[in-house]
Amino acid sequence: MHEVTLMSGILDTLRENARQNGITRISRIKLIVGKFSMALPSSLRFAFAALAQEGLFQEAWLDIEERELHCLCQDCQREFGPQSSYCFVCPDCNGQHIKILAGREMLIDFYEGD
Amino acid sequence: MKQINLESKILGSNELLARKNRHLFEQLGILVLNLMSSPGAGKTTLLERTIEKLNGRLKLGVIEGDLYTDQDARRIEQKGVQVIQINTEGTCHLDAAMIGQAFADLQEYGQLDLLFIENVGNLVCPAEFDLGEDYKVVVLSTAEGNDKPLKYPLIFYQSRAVVLNKIDLLPYTDFSLERFLQDLENINPTAQTFMLSGRTGQGLAEWTGWLLEEVNRKKQGTAREP
Repeated sequence: MHEVTLMSGILDTLRENARQNGITRISRIKLIVGKFSMALPSSLRFAFAALAQEGLFQEAWLDIEERELHCLCQDCQREFGPQSSYCFVCPDCNGQHIKILAGREMLIDFYEGD
Repeated sequence: MKQINLESKILGSNELLARKNRHLFEQLGILVLNLMSSPGAGKTTLLERTIEKLNGRLKLGVIEGDLYTDQDARRIEQKGVQVIQINTEGTCHLDAAMIGQAFADLQEYGQLDLLFIENVGNLVCPAEFDLGEDYKVVVLSTAEGNDKPLKYPLIFYQSRAVVLNKIDLLPYTDFSLERFLQDLENINPTAQTFMLSGRTGQGLAEWTGWLLEEVNRKKQGTAREP
């Protein structure tokens, strides 16, 4: 349940940023979470409901975009998506120098408010 | 209505502190390993055996992460090395801020060759938190089953070394070594693999040999820096 830690960090960032921008009501928060991260959207929502109690977040909608794993083989330059189970060997050339292009994100993309 | 683009990393502040720790470890030439496993895989016993083999040859330090107790730290202390206990009091992982603080509390930290961080027993949450270590090491025991790399891919993906512990129990379990090695090869083809028993000492020499090599590598790397 480290999602509680993650959410409490997200809320701190938002509180500070809203204060700097003179925003008193947040209406929407957009997060990007990669599927190859250990943060579960359902647990993030649970933590949000539990922790975001004050007026700033009263009407806020939490929007979570999940990103699929996407990799690049640095040996043959082929890009490939998720396979039946996690595999970081190139399906074409069996290369082992695999770079993750997407799927590891944990970002606050943006928020909206007045 | 205003839209404010942040594109800020959720773990950005932890990453910042981890970089600070890493820079300090780099300057001091200390190899730092972050030991992770599920509860009961044998991290503390592995540390005890490792200390018995290496104490005297290397200056060792240990940071012990535990939810509530100091039992593991006491076991390590009896082996005659410096140890700092962190009690996370319910938090399921260590973070970079805790490590920065604990490291400063170690006496003579400047003289260390090798620092072990024993993370809280958990295969999920610790994987996301960079502590500033050189390598993550995951310890798995045969009694837990061979399916763990598939079930917890991130922690195995990130680890530089994988220790399969309790190898002496292999004949009494349904653990398939072949499946385990195949799955690991897919998830992390470049990981160093050690099969050993903390209880009998079998296979321990390869592990401590690797540690000695890596400590030397780290020191040489530091020596090359201005």
